[in-house]
This record gives sequence, C-alpha cells and structure tokens, in this order.
Amino acid sequence: MEKIIQKTTAFFETPVDLKSRAIILAAALMLLPTFFFPLWNMELYSNQFPEGLVLNIYSYKLEGEKSPNRDDLKEINSLNHYIGMRPLVEDDFTEFKWIPFVIGGVMLLALRVVVLGKMSKLVDLFVLFTYFGIFSLWSFYHKLYLYGHELDPMAAVKVPPFTPPMFGHSTMANFEVYSYPQVGSYFMALVPALFLVAMWLSRRAMLKDSKISS
Amino acid sequence: MKTRIFLLAVFVLAASILGGCGGEKKGRVSARSDVQEAALKSYVAPGDLDEYYIFKSGGHSGQVYVYGIPSMRHISTIPVFSPYPATGYGFDKESKEMLSGYTWGDAHHPSLSETDGDYDGRWLFISDNANNRMARIDLRDFKTKQILGPLPNVSGNHCSSFSTENTEYILAGSRFSIPLPKGSYEKIEDYATKYKGVVAGIAVDPKTGNMSLGWQVLMPPFNYDLGDAGKGPSKDWGFWTCYNSERAIGKLEVTSTQKDRDYVVAVNWKSAEKAIKDGKFRMIGGVKVIDPKQTEGVVYLLPAAKSPHGVDVSPDGKYIVASGKLQSITTVFNYEKMMTAIQKKDFTGNEDGIPVLSYDAVKDAEVNVGLGPLHTQFDDKGFAYTSLFVESAIAKWKLGTWEVVDKIPVAYNIGHLAAAEGDTKNPDGKYLISLNKLSHGRHLSVGPSQPESSQLIDIDGEKMSLVMDAFTEPEPHYAQIVKADKIKPIEVYPKEENKHSKAIWDQKDAKVVRNGKNVEVYMIAVRTSFTPTSFEVNKGDKVTVYLTNIEQTTDELHGLAINEYNINVVVDPGETKTIEFVADKPGVYPFYCTNFCSALHQEMQGYLLVKGGGSSIASQ
Repeated sequence: MEKIIQKTTAFFETPVDLKSRAIILAAALMLLPTFFFPLWNMELYSNQFPEGLVLNIYSYKLEGEKSPNRDDLKEINSLNHYIGMRPLVEDDFTEFKWIPFVIGGVMLLALRVVVLGKMSKLVDLFVLFTYFGIFSLWSFYHKLYLYGHELDPMAAVKVPPFTPPMFGHSTMANFEVYSYPQVGSYFMALVPALFLVAMWLSRRAMLKDSKISS
Repeated sequence: MKTRIFLLAVFVLAASILGGCGGEKKGRVSARSDVQEAALKSYVAPGDLDEYYIFKSGGHSGQVYVYGIPSMRHISTIPVFSPYPATGYGFDKESKEMLSGYTWGDAHHPSLSETDGDYDGRWLFISDNANNRMARIDLRDFKTKQILGPLPNVSGNHCSSFSTENTEYILAGSRFSIPLPKGSYEKIEDYATKYKGVVAGIAVDPKTGNMSLGWQVLMPPFNYDLGDAGKGPSKDWGFWTCYNSERAIGKLEVTSTQKDRDYVVAVNWKSAEKAIKDGKFRMIGGVKVIDPKQTEGVVYLLPAAKSPHGVDVSPDGKYIVASGKLQSITTVFNYEKMMTAIQKKDFTGNEDGIPVLSYDAVKDAEVNVGLGPLHTQFDDKGFAYTSLFVESAIAKWKLGTWEVVDKIPVAYNIGHLAAAEGDTKNPDGKYLISLNKLSHGRHLSVGPSQPESSQLIDIDGEKMSLVMDAFTEPEPHYAQIVKADKIKPIEVYPKEENKHSKAIWDQKDAKVVRNGKNVEVYMIAVRTSFTPTSFEVNKGDKVTVYLTNIEQTTDELHGLAINEYNINVVVDPGETKTIEFVADKPGVYPFYCTNFCSALHQEMQGYLLVKGGGSSIASQ
C-alpha cells in the first residue's frame, strides 16, 4: 500500500518534459476549433425534405442550415409546434454561456501546465476536462429529454413523450433523424487523449532517466 | 438512372406497339413524329428539370404562361393584365392599383430584357393590345411589378414590346389610328387625313427596369402591326411593319388589301433622342412627339410585300426580314443598302413627309417560303425559320443563299414561332416552338371552346422534326425561350427585404386599431393560424387588413379568403399585402386559408364579425 502511495506521489511529482509540454500546448490549441466548428449535428429527412433539415449545435450557438429559401431552425420549430414542442431558441440554453467560458478556462489552465510543467496540475486538468465533457454530454441529453417530454398538452398532434436521439439514427413520425458529433467534438475528444499521451511520455522519460542514473 | 432507362424503354415499346395498331390513314398525314426519337428528346424524368423556360403570352386571358422545354409542362401562370384569384392578384390594394380598374388585357408580345443583344434574365416586358398598356415582370420573383398606361396616343398596342439591344427602349405603337390626342373627335370619313398613328419607344431605367413614356413619332393612319429592334450594326434602329397603307376604312379585308406593297417603318432612335433633346417635338397627350414633317432623319419607309405582318432582324443585324402575309414571299432588306439609300436620298416618294426608300435599292432577296408567311426566327447555324399561316407549315431557309432547305407541316395554322433565344444576337438553335392558332382534333375533346396548340420542333439536325404537342390557354401570340440558368429566382421574400410599413413578424404584435370608422387589422399568417383569429367591426366601417406571411420557407403560401366579401389574397413567404374593403354587410363571415399549407390547413380559419344586423335565432 505504501508502495502504491509512494509511486503515485512520485508520479505526481514527475516533471512534464519538453515534448509533453509541446503536446499540451497542441491540446490547448485543439480547443480553438470549437469556437468555429459545430459540436453536434442533427439531420432530419422526409419525403418533403429529401435534402434534409439540418441543425448545427456549436459551443455557443444553435443554428439551422440557412439557404435563401429556408431557415432550417425556423422550419424545425414550425413543424415541432404541431406536437407541442417548445421552439428551440438560443436563450433556452445556458450551455451556450458557460461552455465557451469553461473551454477558455481549460485553455488557460493548459498553458499554465505548459509553463509550470507540474504533473499534478496536468492530472487536475485532465480530470476537470473529463468531468466537463461528461457533464456537457449529460446536459445535452437532458435538454433533449426535456424538449421531448415537456410537450404542450394542448398540442394539435398528441405524441407520447420521447427523447430525440443523441447519437445515431431513429425514426420520428415521418422523419428519419440522424444525430452525430461533429468536428468540434472530435477536437474536444482529442484534448484529454493528448493529455494522457503527455502524461505517459513524461513518465516514460522519467523512468528512463532514473534507470540511467541508478 | 437504370430504372429511368428501363421505364423509358417500356414506354417507347408500348408507344410503338400502339402506334403500329393505328392502321394507315388516307389522305395527307398531319404532322406525326418518330415516336421513339421524340420520346427520348422530350422526356424529362420526374424530379429532373427542363433545359429552357418559355414565356408565352396569354393573349386575351391577359396573362403570361410559363412552360418548360423540352417537357412542354406548364409550370406557372404569371398574372399581368387580369385579376387571378389563384395568386390573389387583383384583390389586394397593391395589385389593384397597378391594374387601375381594368379587369382584362390582351397580352400580346413578350420581350426579355437584353444586355448587348442577349437575354440577361432580369425582366420580361409584355404589351397589351386592348388597353394600350405595357407591363414589366421581374424575373427575380416572377411577379408583375409595373403596368404603364394606357399609353397616351398609342391605340392598339400591338407592334410591341420589342427590346433594343441593351433594353434602352421597348417598342410600342398604334395598330388602330385615331384622332389625337385621345378623347378628340374627327369624322370617320376624314380617316385618311385626320386620324393618326404613332410608333413609340418606352424608356427603361437600366437599373430598376422602371418604364417611362420616352418618345413617340407621329405617323400616317396606317395600322402598325409588329416590330423588332436592330442589333449589332443596326442597333440604333427600331423597325415596324404596317398594313393598310391605303388609309382605308370599312371592311379592311378588302379596302386595305388593294396595294401590292405596304411598308416597314424604320426609326433611328438615337436621332429621335437627339430631336427630343433639341426641342424638336410637340407635346401631345403629355408625351414628346416628333413630327416627321418638321424633323428629318428620324423615320423612313421601306416598301414591303403586301400586308406584311412580322419583321425580324437577323442575329448579325445585317438583314431585316419582313413577311407579306398575302404573298408567298418573305422580303429580306439589307441594312447597309438601307443606309446607302438614305445617304443618297434614293427615295421614290413620301407619305406625310416620310421618305419612301426605293424598293430595289434596299431589298436583298425575296425568299419564296410558301403561303402566308408571318414571322421569322433564327438559329445558331445561319438558318431562318418562317411560319406559314395559310400553309400550316414552317419553312427553313439559309441566310445569304436565300434557299429554302426544309419544310415541316404543323397542326394547325401557325402564328408566331419561337426558337431558343431565337431573336437575340446569339440564338441557341436546338428547339423551336410552333405557336398554332387552331388545334382541332389533336387533343381530348373539350367542347366548342378549344385550346391553342404549341408544338415542339427539334431543329438540331438538317431536317426539322416534330417532337411534341402541348396545349395552352388562349392565346399564345409570341413567346420567349431562354436558357434556364439565365434566370435565378428567389423562392422566399427575405424578411429584411420586406419594406411594407405595416408588416409585423411576431404574433404578439398582431392587433386591431380603430380610428373612427377606419379599422386597421395587423394580421399574421403562419402554419397554421391567423392572428388575430377573429375581429369585430361595425357595419359601414372601412377595414384595412395588413396581412404578413411570416414563413421563410419555400412553398409555404397562405391565402386569406373572406366569405361573401369577394376577397381572396395570397401571401408568399415573407410577403405583406394590404386588403381594403368596406364592411357593408352585417353578420358573421368566416375567413380561411385558401392556399393549402399543411396538415392543419382546414383549421386555419377565423371570423369577421360585422355588427349592425339583428340578433340571431338563439337570442330571440
């Protein structure tokens, strides 16, 4: 037991080597695209919409695909009102306020690790970010649940409460719905992976060093 | 793709078997085509798009009909001179004002706007032969945007609307000469001396397309029939044909057909502009009119074969082709020769001071096309196509050699014809539409009132071949065929472009405002309700409804019909219209959406309550 504690403490005290710091810097930069690319995307296909209604979810906004002849968000809301679903409006999502803030914070903390080179800080960051990621996913799922369950009892068309799919394909009324993470999420998923790589590299470097010195 | 070919093969096979069962017909076989070939050429699979738009004038229906080529499918009707409840045209304040009280027009010749002699896809102009108006359709939304007229002094605006090379002017003129200005009186016996015609150029604003009166030229009392603007070298000229140079009255079929030649009128519009600038005009009926007696160099006459109908300028602008409908020839004038004759003053006489050029000096050829030649179109290979009304055929002939190389029968009695971009500097060839006056026997019988017919003819090869028959409402005079990609319409009016001062976009802003006897209703239409759903007025109130369709999705139109109030307005996505009426009938009147919009369309309804009648049986 003592050995494990010793080992863990030793790990926390491992210096983050130069290569790892570069990787952490890269990880911080990976968060930049989340301000430009959607995190998630939902596509709804039906006979009337063979080209699909497309909804893109960014870290800070909700946007339907826009063409001169249609605004998909507006169209989805128009259709949803028949089953009594609340219109999807940005103001409804507190996520759009705190997610970009947290991402910015994570970037700053990552830079801090790059400068200070402390493994313990990196582990903190990894845990924080993983928690943030899982919480965001839950929050997203919960929103979908609420939209699908808090249906207006006065709606013209009564449907049993449902949760729109978060991942994958499903059929809702006359629509084929596809919901998948997008570029922004892929970049976000890379961040903790890179943190792990940085940890592993630094540890390997330390073990090598200790072998040479002993 | 494979299924499509398979289906087509089945169709072709079936068609050829059916065709083979028909047995032989005696006498002359009227206009048939090779079924397999024709089917392949005109088949546009479900979901696929046509290659060309054709805009057909709707004659005395007052409208313009839009078809696709090669499928010949009717796609849309653009109301122009007549109310059209299907789109609510003529029911709202805006379009009512444009129609200015007229309930019909005789839509004659459509003309697409041009840049450097080619269609630019911006506007379509069309003339009204009955009420002397000119309309402009914006091809961005396929809506009539302006109706100019009745044009002062212009009487029977038939020889219209032909666009100059950069749509500086749209030609207009009088088919029926009258005493001028309008409203004045002269005895019919004094027709030859006291009645006057005009030919005119309607000015077009190059940016907005807005039309204004431009200039007119005072002409002898002939009947100005058709026109065309010059191109390339002849771009500064407008040409018109005329019949009845006899200046006759009574039964014109006899009295106006005594002379062997009538005229093509040639007006140099640059000279006309200059004359106006120099102050050489008279104000007649509020228009600047040039009198050729006082101003030389603006207008000349070219003698043309008896009672000419169409005049068409070749793509290179070198030839002016006039067809004398009562002779079997089409006369080709040479633009350069015309200019030389004008320079040398090679005149053989004059009409009310207008020089008549020597026929032999300006004519290049008399092409023996056939009986009753009317109009000519051109292709990309140097051929001309002339419609033959009496012969019910189209003659194909070569510019330069003047040789007739092919002829095809049509069904029946062709008037105008339209080739793909066939009146521009760069015709496409490929397709030709024969716009026939009579269709008898070539469609399922619909009783005595018969449709007109249009036939699609393939002009790609050496020989013309008939591809398809289609039928149209009365009456396609001329048509314009334009490559589909030249026109880029919007399908939704963007919210930010809506400039209607009373438009509202949020149901919370819907309201009823009363000001004495004036009631204003700010109303929203959206799937699937009107807001407000009902409103109350007093008998005799003047009601104004501002109806905004707040949809921003293609094809989500809503209509507002008020029962027994003779109102039906249709608003497109993003559009606001004004509806005015006096609530002169007490009672409760349902209103509802006329344009089927969604699954709950039937529920899209409400009530207009007009107080001032008695109480109902339930309260008695």
